[in-house]
Amino acid sequence: MARRSPRLPSLLRQAGGGDPLALGSAAKSKRSASLKPRTQDADRVVGSICPYCAVGCGQKLYVKDEKVVQIEGDPDSPISRGRLCPRGSSSLSLVTSPTRTTKALRRAPHATDWEEIDLEQALDMIADRVLETRERTWQEAGEDGELLRRTLGFAHLGGATLDNEENYLIKKSFTALGAVQIENQARI
Amino acid sequence: MAECHPVGFQWVMEARERGAQIIHVDPRFTRTSAIADEHVPIRVGTDIAFLGALINHVLQGGHEFREYVAAYTNAATILDEEFRDTEDLAGVFSGWDEESGSYDVSSWSYAGMEPPSAAGKREQAAKAGGSGSKTETSTGEQSHGAHGAGLEHGEPPEHDDTLQDPRCVFQVLKRHFARYTPEMVERVCGIAPAQFARVADAVVANSGRERTTAFVYSVGWTHHTVGVQYIRAASILQLLLGNIGRPGGGVMALRGHASIQGSTDIPTLYNILPGYLPMPHAGQDTSLEAYLETNTSPGGYWGHMREYTISLLKAWWGATATPENDFRFDLLPKLTGDHSIYPAVMGMRDGDVEGFFVMGENPTVGSANAKLHRLGMANLKWLVVRDLQMIESATFWKDGPEIQTGELRTEDIGTEVFFLPASAHTEKSGSFTNTQRLLQWHHKAVEPPGDCRSELHFMFHLTRRIRDKLAGSTEPRDRAVLDLTWDYPTEGEHDEPDAEAVLKEISGFEVAGGKAVDGYTALKGDGSTACGCWIYSGSYGGDANQTARRRPGSEQSWVAPDWGWAWPMNRRILYNRASADPEGRPWSERKRYVWWDEEAGEWTGDDVPDFKKDKAPGYVPDEGAEAEMALRGDEPFIMQADGKGWLYVPSGLVDGPLPAHYEPHESPARNALYPEVQANPTRQRYERDDNPYNPTAGDPGSEVFPFAMVTYRIAEHHTAGGMSRFLPYLAELAPDPFVEVSPELAALRGLEHREWATIVTTRTAIEARVLVTDRMRPLRIDGREVHTIGLPYHWGPNGLASGDSANDLLPFVLDRNVHISEFKGSTCDVRRGRRPRGPALLAYVDDYRRRAGAPTGP
Repeated sequence: MARRSPRLPSLLRQAGGGDPLALGSAAKSKRSASLKPRTQDADRVVGSICPYCAVGCGQKLYVKDEKVVQIEGDPDSPISRGRLCPRGSSSLSLVTSPTRTTKALRRAPHATDWEEIDLEQALDMIADRVLETRERTWQEAGEDGELLRRTLGFAHLGGATLDNEENYLIKKSFTALGAVQIENQARI
Repeated sequence: MAECHPVGFQWVMEARERGAQIIHVDPRFTRTSAIADEHVPIRVGTDIAFLGALINHVLQGGHEFREYVAAYTNAATILDEEFRDTEDLAGVFSGWDEESGSYDVSSWSYAGMEPPSAAGKREQAAKAGGSGSKTETSTGEQSHGAHGAGLEHGEPPEHDDTLQDPRCVFQVLKRHFARYTPEMVERVCGIAPAQFARVADAVVANSGRERTTAFVYSVGWTHHTVGVQYIRAASILQLLLGNIGRPGGGVMALRGHASIQGSTDIPTLYNILPGYLPMPHAGQDTSLEAYLETNTSPGGYWGHMREYTISLLKAWWGATATPENDFRFDLLPKLTGDHSIYPAVMGMRDGDVEGFFVMGENPTVGSANAKLHRLGMANLKWLVVRDLQMIESATFWKDGPEIQTGELRTEDIGTEVFFLPASAHTEKSGSFTNTQRLLQWHHKAVEPPGDCRSELHFMFHLTRRIRDKLAGSTEPRDRAVLDLTWDYPTEGEHDEPDAEAVLKEISGFEVAGGKAVDGYTALKGDGSTACGCWIYSGSYGGDANQTARRRPGSEQSWVAPDWGWAWPMNRRILYNRASADPEGRPWSERKRYVWWDEEAGEWTGDDVPDFKKDKAPGYVPDEGAEAEMALRGDEPFIMQADGKGWLYVPSGLVDGPLPAHYEPHESPARNALYPEVQANPTRQRYERDDNPYNPTAGDPGSEVFPFAMVTYRIAEHHTAGGMSRFLPYLAELAPDPFVEVSPELAALRGLEHREWATIVTTRTAIEARVLVTDRMRPLRIDGREVHTIGLPYHWGPNGLASGDSANDLLPFVLDRNVHISEFKGSTCDVRRGRRPRGPALLAYVDDYRRRAGAPTGP
């Protein structure tokens, strides 16, 4: 509500304007009056869940120009009722962090630094590594002839921060490849 | 809880405003203690002594909820006459074999019961993979054994409903805990008898028909060499008090990651398949029938192993899975021992494991003996790290602590490392399972930047490529990959797999026509249904994503059943049949939750009843009834073979049928309860140069590490820091690692507030800022003063908030049931000043090792 009339200095407003503690109108400036929340002109709001701990607080993602511009607690959630903790409140800085690595990288054996690598090529090389290791370390049967059908040549760790659907594909694919050392933070 | 699960803690605060009494038992005074009515400082690693004394208080005073205990628990069951307790055998149970370091569990059975073919016993017979010293030869699993295969259906063979028979569970329990007295609590835990009495009175006063008490725990209970038995002790207490299956009751695990419950249910864990089906064991599960024979329970819902298992095999191997080929059961890899992460890391160090995927985890900061992880990873052929930020697990070859000390040289490390950037939760759709088993869908809002992709994308396309490369192979081992169902629809510019299509497979569908099933009771054992995880069956029921439901809480009942979807069958409180009495009436109006509607002939209430909907309270099974129909209408614990809550565990555990107090592997005190057995005799130890142990109390050299140590988390950071130390707000809130010490310990060691201290174990030494605070207090243990230091563990060398990693200080030493390491309750020394730099650090630690009599180097 920008006022057109000239404004008194803030101290006088505080003293004489019925806001002696300067917690309301006396603290407002022209600039603060013109500010709008980022949520106000978002193109859309998307329902989400906080990615940190396992309480599972509801989040609302405010998207403008195909960017997430604000993340708020979702008051509809019967679990969190709109609240977020310090970590959850930092979610926006998590997803928009300028230090996020966004390029696929490879460090060659014995190299002293990373080099960028084409994502498709990286996937192809990883597929080769898996198959080579699997072939080299395959155990079809144990000492007494008991069927093993596995490899202890490669292991996996992770999953507690991932989606159920992602964990499902990890377990399904790696088990089919014969890997058994598939683990996550739940053990830790 | 206020610190690690702040938004969950709002409910505790609200309960307190409504009159609930909050008791916080913790070695440290925290933000939770600040809100609690009572903070009970306890010496780390002694909770079984404390809980055991509460159990003893209940039993000696006759405070148990008698009707509940008599009807719903195995209190009346008579035990095998061969069973001997720790009280008879000076700290071990019958069946102990010193030679193998493990138990023969057959004497732990119910009288007249076939010795359990439970996993515990099976695994004791199984050979270990790897080097196999005495302490590694056997490995425990709860897996299916916990539900009691081996019981006859329904009733246990012998029972005494008066609970007077000296061999009945109730009397055994009484004798077992008789020495867990308030005086013992004072000696062991450092808690004064007056304070213990206040806690005991509060728990008893707030239990029974009209009131309930809840227990909440986190890794403070699991990070021990006797961790499973901590939870067992709480379960016994809650069953005795009638606090299971009722609103405001229970033993609630507060878990630390958004989907750590989900990654347990759909396990990225070596020992189970989705829905807690055990992985097959070599030489034993030689066919589908053998596997089902071993694992199918005669009573309760584990009686449907056939339906669950065959539906899983159909989900994975589709049309190629037929009755003639055992539904491809033989394609599953077989276990031969403990294949958990700790043996895998030692396998890396020893050259047996050559490749490693790390997805959304930071083990070189977050795992015990993180140094051994780095040494192992430096010995790999290849490593794939997927994360949002450049975490320590991806850069150890360049700037890890071992590069600083000269133990490793970058040019010598042959590990090929791929770093693949990951999508954030805002850039992909999928479900998280929260700590109360609630699946909640998060919707993709934007495209991921650059090369960032979801793990769904990575796994789908990696596996697709592998299948392309194997196409045409005639190798038998490749059938499992080539015949795998792997045809998920993709969408968008990056060919992102459709997460809902994956959820539908997890939830289950009819093979003919593809219609989604509505729950696990619709699954078939003939191959006509497919289901990737039976406990999640129904999450896509009605051909709709039930996990995406977001009906506002304000428009629903307090149970809020239309927000998300809880497994199983959208039930919010497990075993809620126990909220009603044997006749099906609520125990009290105040605590009513689920009850029998005689007129309608069905169970009803505020929640989805966790019971067959039309099974009347008076139902008695016929001879030959199977699965849930073998349980009576007044047996609420429908996953147990006998339908009872287990005060005593006849099968499924490898370290005892009852909890017993054992000291941590590294402890500042001797075991006052069982002087001849210092620590859990079954714990997994790894005596290696790269995993040295501190001498425990009473052993030569123990005076070198005189203090107890407890690691923990704070509100401002998240686990190993990958999602917090790189963010400016959180880094500013908590920039440096710190060590909490009492004013007394500060005076003893000359530590100054805000200055540096060095913390030392036989593993390594780290530095942290000193926080002198009376939140930490010395405890009198058996007449001696014991100091504890508190050490949050979030930091590592990378990110905006960097520092030494507390987990570098800890060893691998595991609970044999679940292979979780003892993060809580090691010993250490603490000294004023910063730690030495470079190779001088190694010399500094070696000096400690020499003085402690531990092996020196590497």
